[in-house]
Amino acid sequence: MYLNQFLLLAAILFCLGVYGVLARKNAVLVLMSIELMLNAVNINLIAFGAFRDNVIGQVFSLFVIAIAAAEVGVGLAIVLLIFRNRADIDLDELAQMKG
Amino acid sequence: MVAQNIVFGILAVVMVAAAFRLVTTQNVVRAALFLAVVLAGAAGLYILLAAEFVAWVQVLVYIGAVVVLLLFGVMLTRAPIGREGDLDNDQRLLGALVALFLLGALGAVLLDAFGDQKVGTINIRRTAEVSDSLFGTYVIPFEVVSILLLAALVGAVALARRD
Repeated sequence: MYLNQFLLLAAILFCLGVYGVLARKNAVLVLMSIELMLNAVNINLIAFGAFRDNVIGQVFSLFVIAIAAAEVGVGLAIVLLIFRNRADIDLDELAQMKG
Repeated sequence: MVAQNIVFGILAVVMVAAAFRLVTTQNVVRAALFLAVVLAGAAGLYILLAAEFVAWVQVLVYIGAVVVLLLFGVMLTRAPIGREGDLDNDQRLLGALVALFLLGALGAVLLDAFGDQKVGTINIRRTAEVSDSLFGTYVIPFEVVSILLLAALVGAVALARRD
């Protein structure tokens, strides 16, 4: 197996995640796209771990998984707060801080 | 090696198709289910790369917890369930351009840097080795992540609490 097949797959998933973050206006869908990007990074870490024949890639991917869990928890709490205040989670409408 | 490449090909096609549908579907619940498919495919890739422990952590934490949490988010924010459009903003073309440019740049760099290097035979790493590294060399980052999770927990409760 080539190393590049994993890295290119991860790059495709990451770019799809970037597109999702940019083109979605539902906040929950943006969070899902961010999960997609974090997952692509994890694939890279594991692939490099296997390539370099050590466990550090696995250890760091566990860190990424833990931080992604924390991120989605806080992110959803913020989304719920926005929904409670505005009855809407359309990200395009959130422009109160615009000067 | 051939069998591994076939498995990789199937997983890659399924993951890319599911990820594409995830960012284009007009149905929020389906998007969450497509995310579960992508995450399961990633767990399959981890097993292919002999990282069993991470694969099962992926299944437990991502598919078990994060997807369910996102579905709760869909439910609590009363997102349009069922087929309903209007989930994209008007930057779709620009977003696609940025993503394609990024893919081109990343692809060029990766092909240039790792051209035809092979992963080779993968030595199976036992979970004991992972935990030795995690609780030995990386014990301080591990404790920092514990504090981060606690802070995230308290922060999420403080944010979402109804006063």
